[in-house]
Amino acid sequence: MRYIPHTSGDVAQMLGRIGVGSLEELFVEIPASVRLKRPLDLPPALAEGELLRELKVLAGRNATPENHISFLGGGAYQHFIPAAVDQLISRSEFYTAYTPYQPEISQGTLQAIFEFQTLVCQLTGMEVANASMYDGASACAEAALMAVRLTRRRKLLVSRALNPRWRAVITTYCRYVDLDVVEVGFAADGRTDLDDLGAKLDGQTAAVIAGYPNYFGVVEDLAALARLAQGAGAKLVAGVAEGVALGLLKSPGELGADIVAGEGQSFGIPVSFGGPYVGFFAARMKDVRAMPGRLVGETLDRDGKRGFVLTLATREQHIRREKATSNICSNQGLCALTATVFLSLLGKQGLRELAQQNLAKAAYAKAQLGGVEGVTLPFAAPVFNEFVVRTARPVKDLLAVLEQQGILGGIPLGTDYPELADAFLVCVTEQHRRNDIDVLAQALAGGAA
Amino acid sequence: MIVGTSGLVLNEKLLFEHSDAGRKGYSLTPLDVPAADLPDGLCREEIAGFPELSEVDVVRHFTRLSTWNYGVDSGFYPLGSCTMKYNPKVNELAARLPGLADVHPATPDHLAQGTLAMMYELQTMLAEISGFAAVSVQPAAGAHGELAGMLTVRAWHEAQGSKRRKVLIPDTAHGTNPATAALAGYEVVPIASEGVLTLEEVEAHMTDEVAALMVTNPNTLGLFETNIAAICELVHARGGLVYCDGANLNALLGIARPGDMGIDVMHFNLHKTFATPHGGGGPGSGPVGVSAALAPFLPGPRVVRDGEAFRFVGTQESVGRMLAFHGNFGIMLRAFAYIRSMGAAGLKHATEMAVLNANYVRARLEGGYHLPYATRSLHEVVFSDRDLPNDCHTLDVAKRLIDYGYHPPTIYFPLVVKGAIMIEPTETESQETLDEFCDAMLAIAKEAEMSPDLLHAAPVRTRTRRLDETAAARQPRLRWEER
Repeated sequence: MRYIPHTSGDVAQMLGRIGVGSLEELFVEIPASVRLKRPLDLPPALAEGELLRELKVLAGRNATPENHISFLGGGAYQHFIPAAVDQLISRSEFYTAYTPYQPEISQGTLQAIFEFQTLVCQLTGMEVANASMYDGASACAEAALMAVRLTRRRKLLVSRALNPRWRAVITTYCRYVDLDVVEVGFAADGRTDLDDLGAKLDGQTAAVIAGYPNYFGVVEDLAALARLAQGAGAKLVAGVAEGVALGLLKSPGELGADIVAGEGQSFGIPVSFGGPYVGFFAARMKDVRAMPGRLVGETLDRDGKRGFVLTLATREQHIRREKATSNICSNQGLCALTATVFLSLLGKQGLRELAQQNLAKAAYAKAQLGGVEGVTLPFAAPVFNEFVVRTARPVKDLLAVLEQQGILGGIPLGTDYPELADAFLVCVTEQHRRNDIDVLAQALAGGAA
Repeated sequence: MIVGTSGLVLNEKLLFEHSDAGRKGYSLTPLDVPAADLPDGLCREEIAGFPELSEVDVVRHFTRLSTWNYGVDSGFYPLGSCTMKYNPKVNELAARLPGLADVHPATPDHLAQGTLAMMYELQTMLAEISGFAAVSVQPAAGAHGELAGMLTVRAWHEAQGSKRRKVLIPDTAHGTNPATAALAGYEVVPIASEGVLTLEEVEAHMTDEVAALMVTNPNTLGLFETNIAAICELVHARGGLVYCDGANLNALLGIARPGDMGIDVMHFNLHKTFATPHGGGGPGSGPVGVSAALAPFLPGPRVVRDGEAFRFVGTQESVGRMLAFHGNFGIMLRAFAYIRSMGAAGLKHATEMAVLNANYVRARLEGGYHLPYATRSLHEVVFSDRDLPNDCHTLDVAKRLIDYGYHPPTIYFPLVVKGAIMIEPTETESQETLDEFCDAMLAIAKEAEMSPDLLHAAPVRTRTRRLDETAAARQPRLRWEER
């Protein structure tokens, strides 16, 4: 095996040094009664070339943007990735390193995380950000738990317009810790229903949690949500599923959010069937000790030189054990690096231009699709790069017809929203050419709708 | 040969300090549709302080940062309980293949049969390796898999109408175990154990309020829990379940299976046992395996096979979703490639060589360092600083090892050994590498006697020397700010 260097001569010599006669003797402490008495039943080992052939066969059985025009979004977005991103994160000093517990030989990782934390603060308009979470959904669940710690209240108000899979993760995290998760409806324009929220807010509410933009691509009125939540002594958690939107939209911090939990996949990370992605998590400095996850801080070495270390670890599982703010340990370090490289390349102008392109393409698509007979756009509120389309024809049939034309038309909404059984979610990014959008509109006009 | 040396290392500012207004590192395809605006009041001003750099600036910046790091590709990384084995290059290629890396997670099942087939096969292979009936690959890391496992335990109990609220955790456990139990709504009852857990210790604590026992096997001392089968029987007889932390599975591949020992739930660390890179702190992947009785409660949806087709299925009893999508697919793909490259015989060989390497290091360092447990250990070995003279401690040894060119072992863990030095060499290191490392360790022990200042001053060959962690925590500076 090419990954294992031992020759039979090495093994014999090493056994001799240990003072045992066979490899078997090294395992004497494992009782015979719990031993496996047969070889593992696994497929035969493959040589490198064979393995790649087999993987390419698997790859050939998937729909991708190479063989389909795809309008899928809903929390994972197809954006352009500059070549330099993968080249840099493929430096094996980065990707084969462990968690930077030994700062003197981990300064590369540590400085990059410090830069990531800074970029997240700048994007979200918040004061402090951590080293990353598993993904946007789990970050949002952790934000909910942090709000509970901060307020010592037990009720969470979650907007029904927040990504339904994120809501599901919040429910999972809250399942057994005596928390009340209550849904707040959405209004006719696609934004969280402020009246419903007002009616459900009370002295027990720890947090109001809403998407920005929400699952329908709609830009929520975060300032209004913040006023209401904070008026009742609750925290506002903004969940950002599409990070690129922050290139253009007012930052959640500016609008009054207390905690921002987001998904950074759009920043240079391939969609990769759902992961690995990177959750980002930002808050106010006064609340830093209630935050989950790792934090990197600046300090000096013995010679007075600037350096970086993991810090405020007394919040974390390995020190605080059952009293820790979270059990998170490994997070998504390399994906945080990816986002850092991507955002460095795009920079101040590039991120804004990218966001404007997404906005423009979605606006164009909305206009084209909205003009097709049988298609309506149910929500009037402004959107970023996704929007909901309602059709006369059953969504399942319609998407099947589109599929036959090589188009993945969008995500059907009926499973998560019975009230939107006749609707689906269309995502348009800078990767779509005008022609791709026209093809979708024509397919709908040509009878699909 | 002493591996550590010094060379030209380049300084590098923070991204933000490099920035120059008007510089660009990107090119976007010109817009082919009319520009659009958002209504007034929704748009932000430009982001103050956000970097403006050319592509060359960015490439140099991160290349220089990378040289301040130490990875498995740089050299030996004997971190105990972390299984820092070599990360095969073909797996990196696998995860980037077009047709796999660019599949959208909301793709309908029938158009994602390749990705689903891989996930199904991985679930099946992990089940076979561990002896469990079912596996969910959704959790993103070890601690996430642990949480999935403990939620599953809780859900099983609730379904039986059991209201048990306590979890037993031996003090050799990973720090994540108590934190995880708390997140699943349990009260932690620590068990003080000396080395290997005894039936009597468990019996004394195993009341009808206890939902589960959490163990690590082999434990964090590298010792096999020899009483595990009897312990599982006892816990089961008293209505509880047994959770196993799978961090140390590299000691058991093809030798023994946790499922066969009576364990009910275990998480895997694909970034340890199955050779996926650690990424400087993730992404990992933490699938969770369970016995048949617990299978319906696993996080989901999971992939099932219907004849020749694969699809996602959720269950009514499931604890639900742990992530927005299906888990860290790119990491699963690397682990899949690893298992398919190794085969059954290769995995068993890996375990044998990992255990051989750990015992070889143990034999070479015994006498040079205090060995607190004499029992035959498996894939890792724990020494202590007890016998070091002249105010030299574990931390000093760790920092001095850096000067010799090695990543330090895990230090001050497990907590049951004062001044612990926990070494896990893994199977991918040669005898020569181990000899050089052991020579370095013994030379450092000698230095502690003859010239302790060398230890106290270490490291001296790195770009930064010992960093002031107290100051960092006292006045936290957690982001760059324009001054």
